[in-house]
Amino acid sequence: MSEIERQSMELDIVCVGFGPAMAGFLTTLTRGLADENGAPLLESAVMPGMPPQVICYERADDIGFGVSGVVSKARGIKESFPGFDPAQVPMCAPVTHETVAYLLDPHGASRRQELLGLADKALGFAGKYTSCCRDQAFELPYIPPFLCKEPGYVFSIGQFNQWAGSQVMGSGLAQIWPSMPVARVIMEEGKVVGVRLADQGVDKKGNPDACFMPGMDIRAALTVIGDGPVGPVGRNLDEILGLPEGNSQRDWALGMKMVVDLPEDCDLPEGYVLHTFGYPEPDIFGFLYVLPDRVASLGIFVPSWLDIPVRTAYRYLQHWMTHPYLWKHLKGGKMRSWGAKSLLESGRRGEPHLVGDGFARIGEGSGSTNVLTGSGVDEAWTTGVMLAEGVLKLMKQNQPFTKYNLERAYVKRRRESELEAEAKIAEKARDGFGKGFIQGLAGMALSGFTTGRLNMPGDHRDPNQRVPSIEEYYSARLSAQEIEAIREECAAKGEPLHDALMDRVGWPSIEYDGQLLVSHQDALLMGGKVQAPGGYADHVVFADPNVCLKCRERICIDMCSGQAIAPDPEGGAPLFDREKCVHCGACVWNCSKPHPTEPGRTNVEFRAGAGGLHSVEN
Amino acid sequence: MSAGYHIVVCGGIVPDPLQTLEPVQGPAGWGLKNELMLPAILDPWAGHALFEAANLAKNVPGSKVWLVSMGPKAKLQQVMMTIAQKVPFELVVLDGPASGFADAHETGAALAEAIAAIPGLDTSRLLVFGGWQSASRGAGATMQVIGEKLGIFEQFQGVDKLEILADGALRVLERVEGGSYQDSVVSGAPAVFGWATGELPEPPNNPQVGMQNMRLVMPALQKAKPVKLEKGPEYSGVQIPSQKRETRVVKDAPVDQIAKEIVDWLSA
Repeated sequence: MSEIERQSMELDIVCVGFGPAMAGFLTTLTRGLADENGAPLLESAVMPGMPPQVICYERADDIGFGVSGVVSKARGIKESFPGFDPAQVPMCAPVTHETVAYLLDPHGASRRQELLGLADKALGFAGKYTSCCRDQAFELPYIPPFLCKEPGYVFSIGQFNQWAGSQVMGSGLAQIWPSMPVARVIMEEGKVVGVRLADQGVDKKGNPDACFMPGMDIRAALTVIGDGPVGPVGRNLDEILGLPEGNSQRDWALGMKMVVDLPEDCDLPEGYVLHTFGYPEPDIFGFLYVLPDRVASLGIFVPSWLDIPVRTAYRYLQHWMTHPYLWKHLKGGKMRSWGAKSLLESGRRGEPHLVGDGFARIGEGSGSTNVLTGSGVDEAWTTGVMLAEGVLKLMKQNQPFTKYNLERAYVKRRRESELEAEAKIAEKARDGFGKGFIQGLAGMALSGFTTGRLNMPGDHRDPNQRVPSIEEYYSARLSAQEIEAIREECAAKGEPLHDALMDRVGWPSIEYDGQLLVSHQDALLMGGKVQAPGGYADHVVFADPNVCLKCRERICIDMCSGQAIAPDPEGGAPLFDREKCVHCGACVWNCSKPHPTEPGRTNVEFRAGAGGLHSVEN
Repeated sequence: MSAGYHIVVCGGIVPDPLQTLEPVQGPAGWGLKNELMLPAILDPWAGHALFEAANLAKNVPGSKVWLVSMGPKAKLQQVMMTIAQKVPFELVVLDGPASGFADAHETGAALAEAIAAIPGLDTSRLLVFGGWQSASRGAGATMQVIGEKLGIFEQFQGVDKLEILADGALRVLERVEGGSYQDSVVSGAPAVFGWATGELPEPPNNPQVGMQNMRLVMPALQKAKPVKLEKGPEYSGVQIPSQKRETRVVKDAPVDQIAKEIVDWLSA
């Protein structure tokens, strides 16, 4: 196809993705662009006489959609808002209680190391005679300081983003445009000179269709990329530049979460923070945060090192909620919203090139998440603040946004920060999980208590290299013939494998109550409320569909949060339904086959797409 | 018509219908639970009116479109970031309630007053557009009240098509009962049109349109006048229609069986 003629627009700064990092960037930047009376302090280079033209493009239909409940010490946020009053932000409360609980497996269906099995038996035995183990759970008598969140807040990132975004837009010094996905960066002579917006009015494959409008080229002196770990623009840049030597993005987790109206008789106090591990699989961590007005944000994290070829976050979430230790609080509760998001768990080790000529990276996609403390929102915010401080300095000095200048103004600031010091401590904290759950816990303790001086060695294979075959994984419980029979039965019904296999190995069925325990599709309809505006191409694409034909695991189907990827009843590669996609990005790292041309990536490509979840409560 | 039309679109905001809406009674009367937290959208009925207005303005040189909107300023600001990418307009803001429980007459009177105060508005060229219905106010009366207050008595409701004839007259197709249209011709402006769905698809998002609109949107928001609606109806009770979801996956069911189940369900 010949090159399409595209409209072009010039700005001073173009930003991609509005999350906590971009909120921190734009909050700090806009404050520095005007004095206390609102008079501009700096002038636009592209519109002389006007303040700098700053625009942020966001894929979702609003600026607080599709994110997560969080607990955070919020140190960076509090610095940005001295005297921060949580009452200003809906669904925000100070942390008042913290509990960490180890959950036993009441059904004996999970994958447990032998040593863990013995520990479970001992705890179960002790629980009969003491109060240390109640409701199949053991509450840790001591929470390591690196895991403590007090003093901090529980809140909804969606509501926080709306609150912060409103203030940014109210300043009139930056615009945040939702429903506008960005396809890729524009590079000229090794420099990033802006971004190209996604084409509109195209068919599923991206071919021009009715109302075709080629994505506009937005040219700017500085492109700020904060589109998260599976954001197409950041990944596009990584594809072009590669990652810095020694860095890799191998560790991931899918956070699947709900916002729940707790039952009337639930006595958990506002500000209560619960973290769990041990169940439904030992290395699936869970969280429950009690927000104001008897609302809880809860969920689980399914990590890439789970090494189970039929993992499914939705069913695991239901098993977790119905664990006796949690169900006593949740029974009678009602789902308000539901969603999912991929987290880059590589932390600092997953850091891409933070700057280059004309661009800078912030937020989770820039490797800011602290994998020891399990904290990412405040860290992301802080990276945005640091970049804004550097950018303001360069603008005031009339310095161009070259790699050299951005290194001095932003990267140096970041390297000298407390955030960096803590990220270094955390860098190898989760390595042990690559070898097993017990090694993982021991590794976290080792890194945490020695402030990163000692670390548990890990297993650094790519996620797709870690996936055993289904026959291999279930060899002790199911014969290859049984598995094949289940496979054929599921194929005939057009159903994924995970439910049938989990049923077969002892996971109990979930009894739906129509309020909190509902079918996966009902969760999508009742809680996720996904929208996909027409006229955009499919954003999930199988790089080589022939590879999918031979794939026996198809975790992309099992782990798809919205059941947007489904088996093809006619035996072809999995089918993708854009109208169900919550944009969690789980398919990117849950594919068991390598990309045909790009090392370190899988056969699933995640491109620019509009829409997704319609929930601001998550 | 060489001078073009002055098209004023009245468009309120409503909670995103994909959210869970739950009526609650507070000290100030009925409202929605967590209403301020809920994301908002331009009322879909008004959205159709806006897209039709922009299309008309594009086809009749010299025309101009204003969007007059009443709602909490912060919510309007957020909604405008989506709507302003669609079509060119100049915004007039009334900082007031956008609740579905507000009185149609009070709302209509406030909007009419704001329209009358638009600088440079030529009432002889005025076409007032709006939604025939509303996703939150189903009274269908607000547009009529606006027309009455502005002294415009040529009013059309449930409009799906507006055509400019060669002599400058306007041909209007209005929805009437039984799936039929009423075909009317009015000699020209001023007139009020309460739009049904119209015939146009939602325009794609255009960043240049967004930039152009934003130069006037932010100042309009900053100088928005607070509006307080004094009177309103008293609601003896409010409830949303009950929903019962029973999901089954049934493959290869015959069409007759599906039809029978739907009929049985409707008859139950």
